[in-house]
Order: sequence, then C-alpha cells, then structure tokens
Amino acid sequence: MANPPGLFTAAWIIARKDLAVELRTRSAFLSVLVFTLLAIATFFFAWDATAVASIDLAPGVLWVTFTFAGLMGLQRSFGMEAQDRAIDALLLAPVEREAIYLGKALANLVFVGAVLAIALPALAILYNLPLLVAITALGPVAALAAIGLVAVGTLFSSMAVNTRLAELLLPMLSLPFFVPIVMASSQVSTRLLAGRPLEEAMPWLKILIAFDLVFVVACTLAFPYTLEE
Amino acid sequence: MTESSPAKPGPVFDWFLFLAVALVATAVVRALAFTPYEIAQGAAQKIYYIHVPAALSAYLALGIVAVMSVMFLWLHDPRADRLALAAAEVGLLFTTVVLVTGPLWAKPIWGTWWSWDMRLNLTMFLWFLTAAYLVLRGAVDDEAMRARFCAVLGILAALLIPFIHLSVYLFRTMHPEPIVLQPGPPKLPAEMLYTWILGVVAFAVLCVALIRARYRLEVNRDA
Amino acid sequence: MTTDVAVRAVGLEKSFSRRPAVRGVDFTLRRGDCLALFGPNGAGKTTLLRLIAGLLKPTAGAALLREVDVRRDHRARGAVGFVSHQSMLYPPLTALENVEFAARLAGVPSPGAAARTALASLQLSALSNIEVRKLSRGQQQRVSVARALVHDPAVLLLDEPYSGLDEGGSQALTTLLESLRDKGVTMILVTHNVAEGLALSTLAAVMLDGTLARMDTRPATGFDVAAFASSYRSLAGGHHG
Repeated sequence: MANPPGLFTAAWIIARKDLAVELRTRSAFLSVLVFTLLAIATFFFAWDATAVASIDLAPGVLWVTFTFAGLMGLQRSFGMEAQDRAIDALLLAPVEREAIYLGKALANLVFVGAVLAIALPALAILYNLPLLVAITALGPVAALAAIGLVAVGTLFSSMAVNTRLAELLLPMLSLPFFVPIVMASSQVSTRLLAGRPLEEAMPWLKILIAFDLVFVVACTLAFPYTLEE
Repeated sequence: MTESSPAKPGPVFDWFLFLAVALVATAVVRALAFTPYEIAQGAAQKIYYIHVPAALSAYLALGIVAVMSVMFLWLHDPRADRLALAAAEVGLLFTTVVLVTGPLWAKPIWGTWWSWDMRLNLTMFLWFLTAAYLVLRGAVDDEAMRARFCAVLGILAALLIPFIHLSVYLFRTMHPEPIVLQPGPPKLPAEMLYTWILGVVAFAVLCVALIRARYRLEVNRDA
Repeated sequence: MTTDVAVRAVGLEKSFSRRPAVRGVDFTLRRGDCLALFGPNGAGKTTLLRLIAGLLKPTAGAALLREVDVRRDHRARGAVGFVSHQSMLYPPLTALENVEFAARLAGVPSPGAAARTALASLQLSALSNIEVRKLSRGQQQRVSVARALVHDPAVLLLDEPYSGLDEGGSQALTTLLESLRDKGVTMILVTHNVAEGLALSTLAAVMLDGTLARMDTRPATGFDVAAFASSYRSLAGGHHG
C-alpha cells in the first residue's frame, strides 16, 4: 500500500526530477552559463582597469551578473510545468503544496550553484584575484546570496507563469527584492577580498543571513497562494 | 467566495474630495506666497512643504496596501482587495511626487540630484514595488487569482522594507557625504512650522479622499 | 475502515470571476460505480472533475473521496488518478521516468517495478525508454493513463481520455477500463462518445450549464444507446457551448 512521502522527502523527489529534466535538455544551463561569462567579460572591457583597481570592480560585476543570470535560470523553473500541465500532476500528488516549492527551490539552487562554480573561477582569473582567497571568501557569500535569490525567485516564478507577461513580470517583481542581497554580498565580498577582518563585514553578513531566514520562511508559507485554485 | 452584501455604489466625486483638493491648494499657496523664505536655502526650500507631506502620505497609502493584503489573505474579503488597489494607485501618485520634488530640492541645496538620503532611496524602492504591484494586477485575468497574487506581493514587500531601510542606513553611516548644508528635520520658526503642518494634514486628507474616490470607482465597476 | 461510498459531491459550486461554471452538483458513487458524464462544451464537466480531484477549491460545497474532504487532507489525494487531454508529462524524460516519478511521489513501494507494470498494462513496454517528446499523441496519452494508474488509485477520473487515440488504442483503453471497473475501481468518465461511455458505465449523467440535468442508473439489460442518444440530443440541443 502506498505511503505518501513527507514534506522533505517529497521535495527531494521533485528536486531530483527537475534536475533530471535539466540534465536531459541542458539548453537552459548552457545559455545561462554563456550569458554569465559573456557579461563578466563585457564588464571587464567596459571598465578601464588601470583607472579603477579590478579587485574593487570584481564584486560588483559578479553580483550584478549573478542577479540577471539567476533570473534567466528561474524563468524555466515553472515553465517546464506549464507545458503539458505537468503542474496538475504535482498538485494531484498526495504531498503538501510546500513540497513543490521547496523541491523547485532546491533544484534552482543547484542550478545557480553550478553556474557560479564555473563563473567564480572565471571571474577570479579575468580580474586577477588571488584565486584561493576569492573562492574561500566569495564562495560562502555566493551560497548565501543564492539562497535568498532562489527563495524569492522561485515564488515569483510560480506567480509569473500564470500571467500574461511572464517574462517581464519575473524581473519586475524580483529585482527590488534582489537589491539588499546584491548590496550586502557586494559589501562583504569587497572587504574580504581586500583582506579586511571578518568583523568589518559582519553587519552586512547579518543582513544577508536575516534576509535568507525571513524570506525562505515567508515564501514557503506564501507559495500555496500562488497556485491556481 | 460570494460577497456577503454588494457594496453600495456611491458618487466618486463628492464634497470630501473637493474639500481635500481645496485644502491642498491652500497649503501650496500659503507655502509659496505667504511663508517667509528660509535664509540659507532660499526659494528651493519651499519644495520641502510639498516633498515631505507627499512622502508621509505615500507611506500612509502604502501602509494601507500592506495591511489590506494581510486582511485579504486572512478574511478573503474582496473589499480588502479593492481598497488595496485604490491605495496602491494613490500611493504611486504620491511616491512619484516625492521622487520628482526630491531631486528638484536636492540639486540647489546639496549640489547633486541624488544622494544616499534615507527617504529618497526608500521611496524609490516603494515606487518600483508599487509599479510592480500594479503591473501584476493588470497581468492576471482571473479575479480571485489576481487578488491573491497581489496580496502576497503586498505582504512580501512589507517584509522587504526593513531590509532596504537597514541597507541604506548602513551604507550611509559608512559613507558620510560631504554636504554643504544640513537641511535635516527642521527646527522651524512658527510661521514655517504652521505651513509645514498644514501641508502634512492637507496631503493626508487628499490621500484619504483620493483612495476613497478610487475605491468607489472600483465598486461601481464591479457592480 | 473502508466505506462503501467512494465519491460524494455535496452542493458543489464553482465560479470564475463571478461566472458560474458549476452550479450545485450533488451525487454519490459507490465503490465500483462508473459514471459516464456527457454534455456540450462549456457545460462544466472538466471543472466538476477538477473539483472532485481537489485541483480546484469550490466556491461552495465539498467533494469527498471516501468521505474525506480532498481540500483538507492532502493524503486523501492518493486515492485519485486523473487523466485529462493534456498529458501532464515532462517531454524531455522517458515514459518510464515519467511514470516512475509519479509512483515515487505517491509513495509506491518499488516505484520502478510499479512503473514497468503500469506501462506493460498499456502495451507500452517497448517504448519505456523513449523520451515522451518523441512519442505520438496517442502514445503520450497512453503513458498518461499509465501515470494515473501506477499508484493503484481507488477512484479514477478521466476527462475525454479517448481524444487522440486511434481504433486500436481506444479498444485497448476500453478493455483496461472494463477490467479496472471489475476490480472495484470507481470511475467518472467524461466523453463525447455515447456508445463507448454507456458500454462501460453503471450510471449515465448529462451536464448542462453547470448542473446535472439527468442521472440514469444502468438497467439490468444495459443502456438503450439509441434512446439515450436521442434524449441527450434534445436536451443538449438548446445549449450549445
């Protein structure tokens, strides 16, 4: 006799399915990755690295690029469910609605993480950052930023897919929410890359962590309201 | 969900609205013609009598949006949704006034159009969030879904504001600006204070009147 | 504790933007009943089915599966299988992967084996490892049926399941539904094919403008298809969607 999975097990099953679909097509991942690398390179050429130290530019470039790349990745999250009304199958399953949100958010996190795993070293190389410092400093910050981005973006992606202006609406809704993430991440990264002690970055780090906590909870709770009923 | 009783359609333009407009006109005229110039800032300072009251009224309107969003999700009452819509549109109007008058005041006084001023930056965010709210409204066809989505956005936006506030504040304290003058919260002499208070009250009354009128317009449309 | 009542609609109502789609529907189905639901386009049949499946929230009334309100208990949804004219599949995944995912999410033990069995029951074993996007419409429809059946639902809701199926596919589906009915699965079948619907069903209903205009029980001798068809035509005559 079937025993329906609990919240986190169901979320994991859904996340795996999302990643399986992504691996099978790969088109979204590749286009986001290429966009990210192109953007990093374009910013590099746009700024005169002799006028401003590249180590000061790098964090800003990273976080702006990360934001727009994240948005591109989030578009596909609920897009894949709309195609043949696969979302109905998810809604018919004997699992809580919140599991759908958590599962998709998790898959989006892996997606964004995979893009960052390639983009970060690329950034470090192009902007001549001390590679090890860059990865140990920027890596965890990127992880925290990604959590916030994905939490908010997954929710708005669910809303946007039900509207007429989906491609416009997702950025319009999400970007105001991304700003505190970008600001905080940028401030923390700049200090860490400059070799400042962690205490100096703490206030910004706290904002980032608080944002993640508040919005993961709020978006999980709000998610059922974004579904058709 | 069926409405418990249909809202009674009422006149959109009524005496209250006209009174509010008259009040604002009075306040503006008083500010421009009957209030002394401030010594250091000159004529530009007079924008202050519009800028700050508009900001306070904008916060009032958008506060209503946030509260009505919670009300809607809690009670599923379509009236809460209608009131939120009315308040959002009025809020957009007032935030636009703030964003236009702000730089107009800042340039002669501070020498720059924009700065890390708390109010200005916070208001800019409110403008974007309110615009997003109204675009979202226009993009969803189903009534029930539209109301639900906007309520979710309203609540999330309310949660976002403290973070914006904190971020801007933190940035400011780390980057003190070289300001020539410090036109902070005014220690205004009596004449100016009365004008300022009149402005705040007048704009608040106009805000409420406009929301009321817009709400009635929406009720008439739905009926 | 098993109850004999499988599906109960109690005063079901649903409106979209104040346009009513379902206006007060009541019926009771016992275990093993098969209700064939006919009606012109726009009558509210799909909305009714979605209400019973728990996909939509009623504006009034309730849909009960084995006496449990589907909207209040998410685990109750495990008793339902739903087939619609959209496949609810992920095109980049294979037939087997799609059905296995559904099995996993329903908590079926040995989801892989269950998926294979479900596909076999629809003669799809040979196509298991082909991506759904490469299958024909009819084949996709059959995979969708497999997906709906993999968790052995007690209640099966079918919204025009024959659309897109050729002669052989339709025949196979009818045979499958007959065997399910005989096993005690309760079914609601929305179809435009009067003969096929009446052959399978124990109850026949016509839906018009959001309500059930009639509900007939199968006589011992079976439904008189011609009589039903002509009375359906006259009922539906003035109600084109």
